[in-house]
This record gives sequence, C-alpha cells and structure tokens, in this order.
Amino acid sequence: MVADTSTQNNKPSIGDYLKNNIREYGLLVALVVIMLFFQFVTNGVLFKPVNITNLVLQNSFIVIMALGMLLIIVAGHIDLSVGSIVAFIGAISAIMLVKWGLPAIIVIPACLIVGGIMGAAQGYWVAYQKIPSFIVTLAGMLVFRGLTYVVLGGRPIGPFPKEFQLLSTGFVPDFLYFLNPAPETIQNMVALVAVIALVGYAIYAGIRDRKINEQHGTENEPFVFFAVQMAVIAAVALFIGFQLATYRGLPNVLIAMAVLIALYTFITTRSTIGRRIYAMGGNVKATKLSGINTERLTFYTFVNMGVLAALAGMIITARLNSATPKAGVGFELDVIAACFIGGASASGGVGKIIGAVIGAFIMGVMNNGMSIMGIGIDYQQLIKGLVLLAAVFFDVYNKNKG
Amino acid sequence: MDNIILEMRGITKTFPGVKALDNVSFKVREGEIHALVGENGAGKSTLMKVLSGVYPAGTYDGEIHYDGEARRFSTISDSEDLGIIIIHQELALVPLLSIAENIFLGNEIASNGVIHWPQTFARTQELLKKVGLSESPATLITDIGVGKQQLVEIAKALSKKVRLLILDEPTASLNETDSDALLKLLMEFRTQGMTSIIISHKLNEIRKVADQITILRDGGTVETLDCHSEDIGEDRIIKGMVGRAMEDRYPPREPDIGETLLEVKNWNVFHQQHRDRQFLHDVNFTVRAGEVVGIAGLMGAGRTETAMSLFGKSWGHKITGDVTMRGKPVDVSTIPRAIDAGLAYVTEDRKQLGLVLINNIKENTTLSNLKAVAANGVIDDRKEAKVASDYRSKLRIRSHSIYQETVNLSGGNQQKVVLSKWLFTNPEVLILDEPTRGIDIGAKYEIYSIINQLAAEGKGILMISSEMPELLGTCDRIYVMNEGRIVAELSKAEASQESIMRAIMRSGEKH
Repeated sequence: MVADTSTQNNKPSIGDYLKNNIREYGLLVALVVIMLFFQFVTNGVLFKPVNITNLVLQNSFIVIMALGMLLIIVAGHIDLSVGSIVAFIGAISAIMLVKWGLPAIIVIPACLIVGGIMGAAQGYWVAYQKIPSFIVTLAGMLVFRGLTYVVLGGRPIGPFPKEFQLLSTGFVPDFLYFLNPAPETIQNMVALVAVIALVGYAIYAGIRDRKINEQHGTENEPFVFFAVQMAVIAAVALFIGFQLATYRGLPNVLIAMAVLIALYTFITTRSTIGRRIYAMGGNVKATKLSGINTERLTFYTFVNMGVLAALAGMIITARLNSATPKAGVGFELDVIAACFIGGASASGGVGKIIGAVIGAFIMGVMNNGMSIMGIGIDYQQLIKGLVLLAAVFFDVYNKNKG
Repeated sequence: MDNIILEMRGITKTFPGVKALDNVSFKVREGEIHALVGENGAGKSTLMKVLSGVYPAGTYDGEIHYDGEARRFSTISDSEDLGIIIIHQELALVPLLSIAENIFLGNEIASNGVIHWPQTFARTQELLKKVGLSESPATLITDIGVGKQQLVEIAKALSKKVRLLILDEPTASLNETDSDALLKLLMEFRTQGMTSIIISHKLNEIRKVADQITILRDGGTVETLDCHSEDIGEDRIIKGMVGRAMEDRYPPREPDIGETLLEVKNWNVFHQQHRDRQFLHDVNFTVRAGEVVGIAGLMGAGRTETAMSLFGKSWGHKITGDVTMRGKPVDVSTIPRAIDAGLAYVTEDRKQLGLVLINNIKENTTLSNLKAVAANGVIDDRKEAKVASDYRSKLRIRSHSIYQETVNLSGGNQQKVVLSKWLFTNPEVLILDEPTRGIDIGAKYEIYSIINQLAAEGKGILMISSEMPELLGTCDRIYVMNEGRIVAELSKAEASQESIMRAIMRSGEKH
C-alpha cells in the first residue's frame, strides 16, 4: 500500500533520513571504525606516513579496477577476467620495454589500447551474442592467463626502465617548497597545500549545492549529517595529507586515482551515459524500448573495464618491477568484493562509485592491518570472506526491513 | 445454500503508516460465486491474503470463521489444508516444468522421495479433463498460452481438494474466449457445490457469474449486493466503488480530424521464434491528426506484434512494408529512428517493458529523450527536475515527489509515468497498447482524458485494447484484426461489440 499524498517535499525527519541512507553512512562509519581498530592493535603503525603511502600504492590498482567493475555490475554483468588482463598487460609491457627497448611514452598508450581491445573482445560476445558475462569472462580469464604464459614463455621479465617505474613509485615533486613553514617536519609542501585546497573546495561545493537545492525545493540531507560527514571526511583527509607531507609527498598513483574517482563519479551521477547504464541494469528491456542502444552501451562498458584493467596492470608491474605469469591472480575477486561491500546490487542497476572506493579501502586497510599484525594469509582470506558476507547481509536486511 | 461457509468479522490490518483494512466484514455462502470488487488499493487482495494466511493470525485484528469454527491461520498451508486455495494474479507456475510437474509441485505423488510418474500423469490427465484442457501432462508451461496456464492453476487447486477457491483477477490477461471458458468452468463448479470468490475489475463478467457482490472502498466494506433479489447494473456497482455515480465512463470529446499522419502499407512480418512462419499479412492502416484509432481483436491476433514490429523492429523478423509520416517515407528500422520519425509505443506490460522500476519518476520520465535535458552528455539536473515536475502535475501523477521510485506507485500512476516518458519525446503518433490494463476505474477515466487532450493537440492515437467497450467509448475508427490480418475497418457509427465479433468470426471461417 502506498500513501497517495500529493503534497510535495514532506520534510523527512532525521530518523527517516538515517534509515533511508543507512547504507552510505554505515559504510563510512565502518571504514573509520576499521581504521581506528587497526591503528590501535598495530600500535599506531597503520597511520605511519610510510604505511599510509604503502596503503595507497598497494590498493590503487584495486580502486582503479573497481571503478570499471562498478559500471559492469551496475549494468547487470560481471567481469572475472581482470586479473588475467593485468597479467597479460604486464607481460606485453615488459616485452615492449625490456626486450624491444621502446620508450614508456609509446608503451603506456599502446597497453591501454590493448586492454581496450581485450575488453572489446569480451564485450562483443556479451553485448551482441547475448552470452552471459559470467561465462564469457570466465573464458577470458583462462584465455588471457594462457596467453600471458605463452608470451612470457613461463619466465618473469624485468627489471623495468626508471621512467616506467615512476608510474607507481614516483611522487609529485615539491614545487611549493618555498612556502614551507616548518621544513624540519614537513618534507613536501605540495601534498599539504593540495589536501587543504581539496577539503576547502569540498566544503564550499557542498554548501553551494545545499543552497541551490534549497532554492529549487529539492530535498537536502539534514544539516547535522552534512556537517558530521564533512567533518569526518575533512579530518581524515587532512590527517592523511599531513602524514604524507611529512614523508615523500603525494604518490603519482594517488593523483591518478583521485582524478579517476572524480571522473567516474561525474560520469555515474551527471552524464547521460551513466544514467543509461543504471537504467539498463534496472530493466534492460524497458531501456531498449526507450530507444537506447543497450548493446553498444554494454560493449563500451566492457571496453572501459579493459582499459582500466590495463592501467592497473601497468601500475602493478611497475611496482613489482617484474612481469610474471602469476601476476594478478585472484584480483578479480578483490575488485568484485569491493563493489559489493560498497553496496552494489548483484542484480544490477544499483551501486555508487564512492561506495566501491570505500569498499576497496575497507579491503585494503584490512589486508594491510592484518599483515602488520602478522596474521597469516589463511585467516586473512577467512576474515575478508566474512566481512563481504556481513556487508551484503546488511544490505539485504535493510531492504527487507524497509 | 444459505449455509455460511466463511465469515470474516471486523478485520483490521495496518501497515506502517497505512490502514489497509478497517473493520471489514465479509460473509460468503456455501456453494456460491461471490465477487469482491473495488478500486485498486481498496483492500481486496489484502483481505484475501489475511484469509489465506499470507498475513498470519496476530498481524491483524478481527476474526475468521470458516466452516462453523473460528480459525487462526499462521501459514498458507494451514488454510490450504482446510481447502481454501488462492490463485494469485501473477501466476505461480514454473515455465520450464511440465504441466504435471507444476500441478504436483510441493505435493508430489511419491514414496520415500521418489516420484511415481505413471500415477502423476494419470492424475494430471483427470484434473485437466475437469478443467477442459486437452494438453498432454508432459507439455511445458511455457509452450501453452496464458488462458491455458490459468486453467492449469485451477487444476492445481483441484488437486488439493479445494472447497473455497479464490481467484484474484483471473481474466485480467485473458481474451474474451478464454475468459468465457474460465467463467463457464466456475459456474460448472458451482453446480458441484464448490464455493468461489472472484476478484475482478471486469464488471460485465461479474454480472454474468456472481451470486453476491461485496464492494470494498478505501479499506472498508461498502455493501454486499444480492444479484438474485434485484438486477444489479454496472453503474450500480461503479457507484458503490467510487462513492459517486459515474454518469459516463468515457469523457466526451469533439473530434477534430486533420491530415493523415501515419500510413502503413503492406506490412508483412515473420514470427520472432518460428522464423519461417509468416505472422502478419499485408497489414494496412492509417492514423490521422487528432484521431483516435482503435485496433480490436482477440489475444494473438497480432495487434501488439504489429505495433512492436513497426516500432524499430522490436518484434519479429523479415519485416517488409512501407511506412510514411505526413506522406513522406520514414525509416523505422531501429527504435531511435522510429522515435525520430515521430512514433512512440506505450507498452502493454509497463512493469517489464515500460519502466525501470527501481528508478524514480524523474529518471523514467526523461529516459527516452535524455538529450533534451543534457548538454554535451552532461545532464542538467534542474532542467530534468522541471520537466518531470511539469509532467507530474500535467498528468496528475500522485506521488510524494518526482523522486519517488516508480515501483511504489499504483498501476494508474505508473502508466502516467510511462505516458510522460513518451510525451517528452514529442511524438506525432502514439501507439497505446492496453493503456488501462489493470488500473482502476477512476484512473482509467483520467487516462481517457489524457488521450482526448492529446488528440485535441493534433496528435494521432493508435489504441490497442482487449476491452471492446473501451474502444467503442474512445475511438473514432476501429480496425479489427484476426490471425495477423486486418479483417475490417469500422467507423464510429458502424462499430459495436456485435459488428466487431462478427468481423472476427467471419474472417475465421475464411481462413
């Protein structure tokens, strides 16, 4: 039964608001709680500047792939092949750079294109031949892994030229050193200024959006939530920014990741392509009958995934400084888990970029924290599995209750 | 005959924030057909769910007396054990299992978990005979039509020793022939002493079969009418349902018909699955500006297929024929091209094909024409919200805002959202496929008013409907289809239920 009220904009109470948005706040709270927990049990190692830098470097590729995977999942599909694409891209980048001696400036775009082609090769079967993505990408996972062994001849290749390694080990140079008020503690002024500017902009944009919403009579979240949320995010960001500033500054990867997160958030929330992907995941037949070329949309979603997996593949290879046939084994599962922890629906049509990113960081912090604590890989897997189940149960429970 | 088999007293059921049933009383005599009518949301289905134990005892107030005793059902099987069987509107059959497997699903004839197939098939055959089906028990559900599926549901109920059969909108998706067969079956059961409760929107059918009619409105009982003591007309029932007399079910209109908009010539289409079978044969029709044109016909006559094959080849293959708009040939080979050509197709299946139910009103409204609220692929939120709000007020979509998910809207309001979506593409000709299916009388009137207004604005309307009175009440001209052919074209003056049926029957003899 639905209450047929025609009055517009009944102001929701704070309780209602919390109930409707418990998933998003819950996720943020979970991340903060997990961080504090590991900070405590590792005796403060987690938030050491060097460890924060490591956390970013270790998780960047999961986050980058989660962006593409979220679109795939929202579109109603799945991609199991990303771990194998990572390995294959690592292999061919090694061959081009190390064996053929090509410059990175050519190799990087070439690898992105190859990744796109690998995504296209799978997207074709899913979109135009209507073969379930689970099967197509399972095949892709095997084929690309096999190809990796073939091109590497079963042996690792390395090391890589410096310019390529900068992809994952480089930091943004401190061109603002002259502003530094305390050179003994702060090593990199750019990091601090960038984070402060970002937090400032986020608060400004948030307040501006609320004002615009008010003018147009659109619902706003209660101010308390807005304020608390902003305060938590700002505090965490400033803290991390400060810690990074006392070490080597902002890793290149962090910048790339931040730009991509912003870009994909924009695509999913503001662009026509994003809207159409959500509609397609919600009801593919209705979307097709609305005049949207759902086949092409599906195809490009897979191409996009391939490109992002290729980028991730290069970052990992550069970080390990060696291309091995076993690289990226099991990554697809971490990436998919990040999306589901972040609230994406396995039946499509539902999911947010920010959720997938937080989901990836929850996994990352747990990996990192448990490693510092010396918990074996066996128990790590077990615990991660239970966290995934708990997160999805939380979703289902809320849905049934509501 | 005057034995009361079921009495529900003072039933009150509340959902968070809504009182769905308020002190409802309901009395059914043994061996009668009792109709339960009311607008959507009046509480009919909720009442039946209380009765059958879907809402267990304790979650509602009031008493249920069945067969002379007070009962408290806590599960569906409690009520089924006593012979109360409910057949829901959405059929609960597994498409890829056979008729026999479906009938005995959960109730298999088996010993130690091993199914006894010969006995199962023999029993199924008996049951099918009772409902007048001649299919083999091994036939898959997916291979038989909706009408026959409905009969399988009834056979399934019979297998459970049913005493009180409850049918929720059994004929909603059936054509007239199948509906008649089903109603006849109910009347036959009545002579054998079975009691039935039938929920339906089709008042002419209710008049045909019901012994008593109970009318619900806004969660309360309005009255119970006895069909044998007085002659109950449809208007009498409607008055009870809507609380006011509805003099005319169709809003008046002054047709102002202009030039020919859409013209379809020699439209031939082969079947989507059975690819060598021609399904539509030389279909020709025209729609003029300001005109409401109907297509009448039985289920399977090819009406929906005509519309969908025309709308970007959404159905069928090997499609040939000429389509012109205002005399100029247009390309309708893909859906985007059909939309550009000025066509819009409002589907008969709004939940599966019309709406993205998990998305809100705003997102559904702009889906077909996102470009109009976007620049360079970026959606302008304000513009989009304004468009959605405008349609929401223009079509009077009842919701708390444009941000309400469409899954939570009533059928009539969902239909209005689908209409908004297509109006926003600014079509010249709208094809409306069963635009009022499953929506209540008040909302139907609103949909008819919208149709009239669109015609007055100079749009052409092609309306497909299985309800003949609706076509007769709204259309300026009616095509009759049968077996993939247009078999008659009737002007408003010529059209009547009899002339339409005659055209169908005559064409049936010819082929």
